[in-house]
Amino acid sequence: MTTTITVNGETRHVAPGQTIADLLASLGLDIRKIAVERNQAIVPRSRLGATQLAQGDALEIVHFIGGG
Amino acid sequence: MDGIINPAADSWTLAGRVFHSRLIVGTGKYRDLEQTAAAIEASGAEIVTVAVRRVNLSDASAPMLQDYVDPKRYTYLPNTAGCHTAHDAVRTLRLAREAGGWNLVKLEVLGPPPHLYPDMAATLEAAEALLADGFEVMVYCADDPVAAKRLEAMGCCAIMPLGAPIGSGLGIQNPAMLSMLVEQATVPLLVDAGVGTASDAAIAMELGCTAVLLNSAIAHSPNPVLMARAMKHAIEAGRLAHLAGRMPRRLGADPSSPLAGLIR
Repeated sequence: MTTTITVNGETRHVAPGQTIADLLASLGLDIRKIAVERNQAIVPRSRLGATQLAQGDALEIVHFIGGG
Repeated sequence: MDGIINPAADSWTLAGRVFHSRLIVGTGKYRDLEQTAAAIEASGAEIVTVAVRRVNLSDASAPMLQDYVDPKRYTYLPNTAGCHTAHDAVRTLRLAREAGGWNLVKLEVLGPPPHLYPDMAATLEAAEALLADGFEVMVYCADDPVAAKRLEAMGCCAIMPLGAPIGSGLGIQNPAMLSMLVEQATVPLLVDAGVGTASDAAIAMELGCTAVLLNSAIAHSPNPVLMARAMKHAIEAGRLAHLAGRMPRRLGADPSSPLAGLIR
């Protein structure tokens, strides 16, 4: 069994019990430079390691880019 | 020493922070991040606008803006570019606050292309939600004195009307309206959008604007670093001209040399 989630609009499968911090590590992302929204609610940086991914979760992972 | 102004001492205050440069620059549309960094350095800006976007999941090692434009040196001003609803704008800035920890933000809620004109109903709605959530809101808006006054009364920390459509480079199309906005403003009043070249920035400052926010005029110049320098000087020149005060206009000549003592 895997947990199916959506990350930035892409479908992904993760192992059950994985946390958001686990996912970010597997993606190679530096958590100091990003922000995460889960089902349209911000997940504070301090909670990333304690928040387990659930079936159907929709994540947005963003960072700053050039803009006017 | 009457009338001598030291530009270094000419500061302005935004949401309790003191700034010396009156030029805010965007970080978009450059060839690469090296050029972005060089142009910002040349502009002398202390505040830079940044956009919030999805990370590239397929290449997490791609260089990031923060690696080139140090958030410890420059005040990052997250924007809501691309947001066409109040909901999206508020969501975007909550993410920005989490990513960077900054409360100072630039709100813009835009109508559709080709004008991308500020959607003032949605802008007011988003401003209300952001202010209630503890944000310091600099707001991009129409050159509408009634809406501007309302945004100010709500608690926005800077009012930022356009001089011309975003990215158009058409210059200051509305000097009379901007003057009225400047006159009534009790918080910083910035021109945000429309500046195409250095003289446009100088005109905005001569009208009495607190500062100018621009991006394309530098990034789309064939030589962005040189244009960034030009903008720095134009902002300073316009500011000094505003402080000095312009001579009265007259419909006719007035000789600059004395008429007495002419040879006969």
